[in-house]
Amino acid sequence: MEYRLKTPLSEEDVRKLHVGDVVYLDGIVYTGRDEVHIHALEGLKEGKKPPVDFAGSVLFHCGPIMRKNEEGNWEVVAAGPTTSSRMNSLEPEFIEKFHVRAIIGKGGMSQPTVEAMRKHGAVYLSLTGGAAALAARGLKTVKGVEWLEFGMPEAIWIIVAENFGPLLVGIDSHGRSIYSDVGKSVEEKAKIVRKKLGI
Amino acid sequence: MDMKVIEETVFRLLADASTGVPPDVKEALTEAYKAADNDMVKMNLKAILQNIDIAMGERRPLCQDTGVHIFFVRGNIKLLDSISDFEETIKNALERATKEVPLRPNAVHPITRKNPGNNIGVGLPHINYIPTDDPWLEITVFPKGAGSENMSFMAMLTPSQGLKGIKNFVLDCVIKSGGKPCPPTIIGIGIGGTSDIAMHIAKESLLRPIGDRHPEKDMAKLEEELLNAINELGIGPMGMGGSPTTLDVHVEYAYCHTASLPIAVNTQCWTGRKATARIRESGEVEYIKPERRR
Repeated sequence: MEYRLKTPLSEEDVRKLHVGDVVYLDGIVYTGRDEVHIHALEGLKEGKKPPVDFAGSVLFHCGPIMRKNEEGNWEVVAAGPTTSSRMNSLEPEFIEKFHVRAIIGKGGMSQPTVEAMRKHGAVYLSLTGGAAALAARGLKTVKGVEWLEFGMPEAIWIIVAENFGPLLVGIDSHGRSIYSDVGKSVEEKAKIVRKKLGI
Repeated sequence: MDMKVIEETVFRLLADASTGVPPDVKEALTEAYKAADNDMVKMNLKAILQNIDIAMGERRPLCQDTGVHIFFVRGNIKLLDSISDFEETIKNALERATKEVPLRPNAVHPITRKNPGNNIGVGLPHINYIPTDDPWLEITVFPKGAGSENMSFMAMLTPSQGLKGIKNFVLDCVIKSGGKPCPPTIIGIGIGGTSDIAMHIAKESLLRPIGDRHPEKDMAKLEEELLNAINELGIGPMGMGGSPTTLDVHVEYAYCHTASLPIAVNTQCWTGRKATARIRESGEVEYIKPERRR
């Protein structure tokens, strides 16, 4: 199935998605990777809210290249997904505490995140890694930036997306993950391959 | 050698390496797309090929992770009047490219994570010198993104583990890497030497064109055997299943201590980014494009 969804996303929006579906997004997307996860969760312990409201949001694991144009406004130069597994240890809590509905990344995430997505109603959308010039075409305007003090790749960039995709549902909110499916099948195939190699 | 020529050349190499893929890589990716046998593989490879066209057409970075910068300088080092001037010139070109291409400022202090914003810091950019008697200086820019570089592995095997141990280790590494290094990857393998030599030659092997086989028969056979084995695993583009997982496997080796068997795996993402130019004493510059080997 193919869907075109508008952010913020509702639980209903994401519950209807299944592994293998294709999604195009319109609306606000926030970038956030290592430092955003670390600092948002640390802040929460001290009772501090992050500078944007992640409820119903799409969190893009991305450290983009941005440039200020002649009018002094930020624009997206290149913005592909980063390796999501670096956020494996922090993501379940991030989803639970901030009510993120979709994560865009590459390479997939581990079982605790799959479980958090099932429990709280969220999905993982895969964008082709390295295809950052193509991705930039769907990221129309930069609305703002927070936490730029962590550096360009680690800031929260507030971006307006338009027909952003194709995004493939890699983990759905029903406990299925294409990455764990592939992982299991790779383990099986590896047995045959090892036998062939005589190891 | 005229430092102005070097600066302009290095600047262009940095831009070329970041905004396009070498012809051998594009050919291999196109072949993979044509051979794709499932929708998800097709979709990912189509995005990859479209992205290459957009990036090359608009001189825009292919990937937001423009890497950290490793240089290989091969040739007659005596053509340089001063190594410190040369290194300063490379840094100037990198600083300019960071602003103008633009490249993402990736270089940070390893502990404080402070980012100076220009891709320059202690130890970066890293310059490898390979002195030869050639009448030129060949500069290769090799930007290395973290997705693939984080999938680097090395082990000190025991001699008794032998070739079987090597094959087993490589398979384990590729399985562990899954979709993280942006497959279809290029796998560099360094066998022997010492711990540092093994990783160094693994990385250096990634400079070889796609399809290039090791000149020694046994090593060439190992490359092919591992390439086929890896592609039978079905990890697939972006780790979402199918084939190919890897465009090529390159093996380099060095003699090692009789009591050790070092092995290293260095992974490159599908972009296979690199750019090379040869500069002659006259100031003549030739840009070298690697061709797909059969």
